[in-house]
Amino acid sequence: MNLRPGLLLALLLGVGVLGIVAGVATGSTGWAHLGDDGMGLILWEIRLPRSLGAWWAGALLGMAGAISQGLFRNPLADPYLLGSASGAQLAVAVTLALTGTAAHNASLLTHLGLTGVAFIGTLAGVSLTLVLARGVEQTLRLLLAGVVVGVVLNALTNLATLWSPDILRAMQAFLLGNTGLLGWRSVTVMAACGVAAALVGLLASPALDALTLGESTAASLGVRLPTVRLLLVFAFALAVGAAVAQTGIVAFVGLVAPHLVRAVCATLHGWLIVLSAAAGGALLLAADVIARAVIRPQELPVGLVTALVGGVYLLVLMHRRGAPRK
Amino acid sequence: MLKHVFLSLLLACTLPARAIDIRDDLGHTTTLAAPPQRIVSLLPSLTETVCELGACARLVGVDRYSNFPASVNALPKLGGMDDTNVELIASLKPDVVFVAVSSRVADRLRGLGMKVIALEPRSYRDVQRVLDTIGLALGVPDAQRVWRYIEAGVAAAAASVPAQARGLRVYYEVAPGLYAAGTVSFMGETLTRLGAGNIIPPDLGPFPKINPEFVVKANPALIMVGARGAQGLTERPGWHSVDAVRRGRICIFKPEEGDILARPGPRMAEAAQIMAKCLREKAAP
Repeated sequence: MNLRPGLLLALLLGVGVLGIVAGVATGSTGWAHLGDDGMGLILWEIRLPRSLGAWWAGALLGMAGAISQGLFRNPLADPYLLGSASGAQLAVAVTLALTGTAAHNASLLTHLGLTGVAFIGTLAGVSLTLVLARGVEQTLRLLLAGVVVGVVLNALTNLATLWSPDILRAMQAFLLGNTGLLGWRSVTVMAACGVAAALVGLLASPALDALTLGESTAASLGVRLPTVRLLLVFAFALAVGAAVAQTGIVAFVGLVAPHLVRAVCATLHGWLIVLSAAAGGALLLAADVIARAVIRPQELPVGLVTALVGGVYLLVLMHRRGAPRK
Repeated sequence: MLKHVFLSLLLACTLPARAIDIRDDLGHTTTLAAPPQRIVSLLPSLTETVCELGACARLVGVDRYSNFPASVNALPKLGGMDDTNVELIASLKPDVVFVAVSSRVADRLRGLGMKVIALEPRSYRDVQRVLDTIGLALGVPDAQRVWRYIEAGVAAAAASVPAQARGLRVYYEVAPGLYAAGTVSFMGETLTRLGAGNIIPPDLGPFPKINPEFVVKANPALIMVGARGAQGLTERPGWHSVDAVRRGRICIFKPEEGDILARPGPRMAEAAQIMAKCLREKAAP
């Protein structure tokens, strides 16, 4: 199967729109009580921003996945590499442990918000990785530094929860992917970050294409590698930071979205970034709708559904592609 | 050596035969030859139960989260659920170890020759049964007096709830990420006994993870939540329309109150009184 990029984009966006419609229709009750007063509020203030927010979070992760896989020339590069997720985790844990529940601290916390803390944590984690890798010159060193920072920061997070055990529940709730509390403000933040990251990514995409031929070839083609890498890492951190801050850590979307695109459409990185965003958005939104619908009014953790839906679909694709032709 | 064996045999014969069999919540039977004098408890509610039965002085170690009564804080802390310190427990040479059913160290401790009793109170009935089991194991007569104290305390709390608070639809948030206390959880049982309503239907189980929209739709008149989860609660999308939020009927429990509310054990009467106080204060017209 090889679709034209424009057609695939239209298809994926179509799935996204269908998902939004399904998302508005699906909640704790479904259409049944549409006539009730108060339903307008639920549709407008809860279901619509939640659905749009889930799409944007997925889009951010898909985009970040496409960027990181191109940047590291490694199809296993996950957007949570480079210490982003572990940075967010540690920042949230330390904030919760330090602020306690005292009133004056709590007001500081509400002012900045755990989302702000998580965003700062993501950027700090990525910066730390950059410092440890002594810049962005070597892809392998960057990747290795990211893994090491991830492990060390996770250990520190565990230490923080050991020191102050009562934060465990609050932290888990914040970090386990949760799309349930997305409001219009979250949607705006994610959309703004998404557009900015996409612009930077598109701007630098010719360099990603050149990078597929190897670093020295890319350099010989006139790509200013350090600048481009820095730009891409920034776009990547912005996208992941915004997504993690608003929805917590949703597994698998960032890894699988670019693969879904590549499986059906061979294209350059410019298109790949846009298509991965559309695919990630569609995937997370679909997962969110399923997570709310199957056992309503209860919910499944959305990360569980993304892993199941995305993973199974990817396996099917791989199986089909790998089957010997007769 | 032989002399020792002979002596202990002799001792075993001369002592009154008082060996008792304890069947725990996993169906495992433990034989205790004599009332244990060195006790380890690895679950806060079990620690509180042991102490309430008057055996606090016999405790030699507790898990990291056991913090009541205050005297247990002086004991060696033996780690949490996932990082229980087996070596330290072995070095304490306990006669019996009380663990949670979900504990991973039970088999390991048994393998080291320790007597392990796995118990997990989850409901009022469980608490009553666990009291009997621990009372039997400790050789304490009339363990049910603690149960009668709990029942009387809860009944007194229920009597203190004014008429206008009866049937008030309550949403009790156990953890952010929206886990609610259902009617079949022990917190939900307490709410029911206090005469309050619960927005969670019984078929959802004890602690369902619910869609936040469900709360907006159910429109509770009162919200009970811990201090951790209260941050930003009123700013959740759409929640400003919830009756409890509009009328400021939100009870935010302090962390030490949270401990009392979250432990199915001897302090359930106190938990009921905390909830009753909330109902009294917030239901005032």
